[in-house]
Amino acid sequence: MSSVETALNELGGEFAELGVKDRLQLLLEISQELPDLPDRYSDHPDLLERVEECQSPVYLFVEVNSGVVSIFLTAPEEAPTTRGFASILHQLLNGHSVEEVLSAPEDIPDRLHLSEAVSLLRINGMRGMLNRIKRQVREKA
Amino acid sequence: MTIQHDSSPKINEYAHPEVLVSTEWLEQNLGTEGLVVVESDEDVLLYEIGHIPSAVKIDWHTDLNQAVMRDYLEGPEFADLMKRSGISRDTTVVLYGDASNWWAAYALWVFKLFGHADVRLLDGGRDKWIAEERAFTKDKPVIVESEYPVIQRDDKTDRAYRDQVLEHIGKPMVDVRSEPEYTGERTHMPNYPQEGALRAGHIPGANSVPWARAANEDKSFKSRAELEAIYEGEKGLKADDDIIAYCRIGERSSHTWFVLKYLLGFTKVRNYDGSWTEWGSLVGVPIVRGSEPGTLTH
Repeated sequence: MSSVETALNELGGEFAELGVKDRLQLLLEISQELPDLPDRYSDHPDLLERVEECQSPVYLFVEVNSGVVSIFLTAPEEAPTTRGFASILHQLLNGHSVEEVLSAPEDIPDRLHLSEAVSLLRINGMRGMLNRIKRQVREKA
Repeated sequence: MTIQHDSSPKINEYAHPEVLVSTEWLEQNLGTEGLVVVESDEDVLLYEIGHIPSAVKIDWHTDLNQAVMRDYLEGPEFADLMKRSGISRDTTVVLYGDASNWWAAYALWVFKLFGHADVRLLDGGRDKWIAEERAFTKDKPVIVESEYPVIQRDDKTDRAYRDQVLEHIGKPMVDVRSEPEYTGERTHMPNYPQEGALRAGHIPGANSVPWARAANEDKSFKSRAELEAIYEGEKGLKADDDIIAYCRIGERSSHTWFVLKYLLGFTKVRNYDGSWTEWGSLVGVPIVRGSEPGTLTH
C-alpha cells in the first residue's frame, strides 16, 4: 500500500469514528492548517489555476522538483468547508513523489466519511482539485 | 409575548413587515427574552468561524432533511430540533445566512411547513451584518432546552409536488434559475454539477425571473416598489394568482417564495422543492427549451 493510501485510511478512520457534528469540527481544524501561499505565488495570482468546480475562489499550483511534488493551494477563510478539503489534499499529497501523487486513489473524497455531513457539491469541488493537481503533475513531471 | 416588529420605513412598506428585520433592529433586540437567532448556511462550517452573538446553528443538510429519503423532517424530529435549539412554539425566530439568505429562506419555509408563527428573516443576512462590522463571535451560546409540541407537517399550503405541478401547467409559474438553466443550455447551475438533471430546459409556461433580481448588491431585498415593478409590472403576476416557484433543489425558489408571499402579499404561492433535479429527470413529463415560456403540447 502506498504511503498516500495509508495516510488516507488513517484520516478516513479518524472521521469515521466521530459523530457527524464532530466530523465537521475536525474538518474545521484541518482547514486552519492550510499553509499560506509563499510570496512568489501570493504576489502572482496569475500563475495559479482556478478550480472551476468550486463555487468559492480556490486556486492551485503544483511544482515538481527532482520527482517530488509540492502543492500550493489557496481558499478563502470565509469558505471553511472548501478550505478544509483543500487542506486535506495538501496534507495527503504534498511532498510525495510523482508516482505516488498520480496513483493516489481517485475516490479520496468518498473515503473521508463526510458525505453525511457536507453536501455533495462541496465534495465535488474536492474532486475538481484532485483532478487538477494530477493533471498539473502529469504536465510537469 | 410578541416582540415588536421592525418599523423602519423600508420594511414597513412590505405587505407583511412582521417577517423581516433589519440589521439595526436585530442588533438592538439581541438578548431580548423570547428571541432566538438562527444561522443557516450553505457552507456548513461558516457558523463555527464566527456568528452573531447568541445565534444557534441549524444546518439545512444535516438538521432539516431526512438522512435517507429525500424529504424534510417529520413532526417528532422537528420538535426535537426545536427543543435542542431552545425554540418554543411562541419564540420569535430570526433566521440569517450566507449566499443571500438562500438557505435561511429555505429554513424559514420549512419552519412554515410546521406552522411556526413568528419567524423572520434578517434583511441582507450574514454578509450585510459582517459588512457593517457588527458584533461577531465564536462563542457557543448557552442553550436552555425548550418544550415544543409535535406538529404535523403541512405539505399543502406552501409546498407543491410534481403531480400538482403537472396539473398546474397553464397557470403562473416562476422559474428562478439562471438564464442558461432556463433556456436549456445547462442542466445545472455554474459550479454545481452534482445537482444536475438528465434533461435541460424549463416547465412549460414557466416565466423566467432569476431569484437575484429580487436582491440588492448588499444581499438585502429590493424595495416593495422595485419588486412590484418586476413581478407585477413586467411579469404580469397578480396578488391572487395561484403561483408555483421552483429552481433546482428548492432553495433559491424559497427566496422568491418569500418575496411573493410576504414582501408582496400574494395569497397563494407554493414552492416546488423537487424542482429541476426532479422534473428534469422524470420520465415522460413535458419540457420546453429556449427563452419563451412555451405551452403544453400533446
